[in-house]
Amino acid sequence: MSRYTVALAGNPNTGKSTLFNTLTGLRQHTGNWAGKTVMMAEGEFSYDKTTFRMIDLPGTYSLYSNSTDEEVARDYIIFEKPDVTIVVLDATSLERNLNLALQVLEMTNRAVVCINLIDEAKRLGVRIDLQKIEQRLGVPTVAISARNRIGIDKLLKQVKLVASGQINPHPIHIQYSDEIERKLAELEPSIRENLGSQYPTRWIALRLLDGDESLLSSLKKRMNEVTPDSVREVASYGRTACH
Amino acid sequence: MPTTSVPLSNAKSGTHIRLNRIEVQGVLRRRLLDLGFVPGNVVEVLQKSPLGDPIAFRVNNTTIALRKEESSLIFGDIIGGETS
Repeated sequence: MSRYTVALAGNPNTGKSTLFNTLTGLRQHTGNWAGKTVMMAEGEFSYDKTTFRMIDLPGTYSLYSNSTDEEVARDYIIFEKPDVTIVVLDATSLERNLNLALQVLEMTNRAVVCINLIDEAKRLGVRIDLQKIEQRLGVPTVAISARNRIGIDKLLKQVKLVASGQINPHPIHIQYSDEIERKLAELEPSIRENLGSQYPTRWIALRLLDGDESLLSSLKKRMNEVTPDSVREVASYGRTACH
Repeated sequence: MPTTSVPLSNAKSGTHIRLNRIEVQGVLRRRLLDLGFVPGNVVEVLQKSPLGDPIAFRVNNTTIALRKEESSLIFGDIIGGETS
């Protein structure tokens, strides 16, 4: 029986934890990640002969404002590399929620967008063109109501397809201004040289351009831990940087 | 830059403003962008507190109060509601 890791990302109050509880029932405990004292709930569920370990990331509007919650969620997606990240969006305020969705889609292609509170949106007269959203975002997109257990099966089906690699999504590629694109093209080769392809190169380059100190320190910490190979890389990187 | 541009801190309650410039810097800039204070987006001035600061704004269907320190650095064009 295969086993996959699924992370839940989303704005606060989008029903992330409701979905988490719906899926895992009472089989949950809290985990402490990346050396930070922010607790994340962790649980397990089975679907179609497959076990999924699910992590409920802290609810955030962004992954870039560098609050502890956001750092924890960001580090989990980048360093723990879940097999699938479900981005939970509130159907009644999609515009604000899509900000986080786009940020996640720049970090990983293994994502499923889950539009929650779909029944609430219907009640308010909000019509959502799922097909169009899926087409624009380039990842499987499902509408659900976690509270009333609507669409859960459809969601799990997509999650499994992405986790097992049967679907390999190609998320929307955000094109920046010529100046930024030029700088990205300059940075990317040396990022690949130093980090290999274990992290999303373009995303790392964007964070560097943004002057994201918090990501840099997370990266450095990681590079000083792990395998002997990467330690060697750090050492040579340090030398070049000093002289 | 259009000359009609006003800082959010100067707009009257009820005004709708299309943002064109955010001059807040640093981490707070990122935070404001995340909340929907993005050039092109329309913000409604909801109400001022009794002493005029902070001011409540409606952005992306959410109410957010900003102090003058920030709202005076966010600029836009008045596109509806009462004129100031």
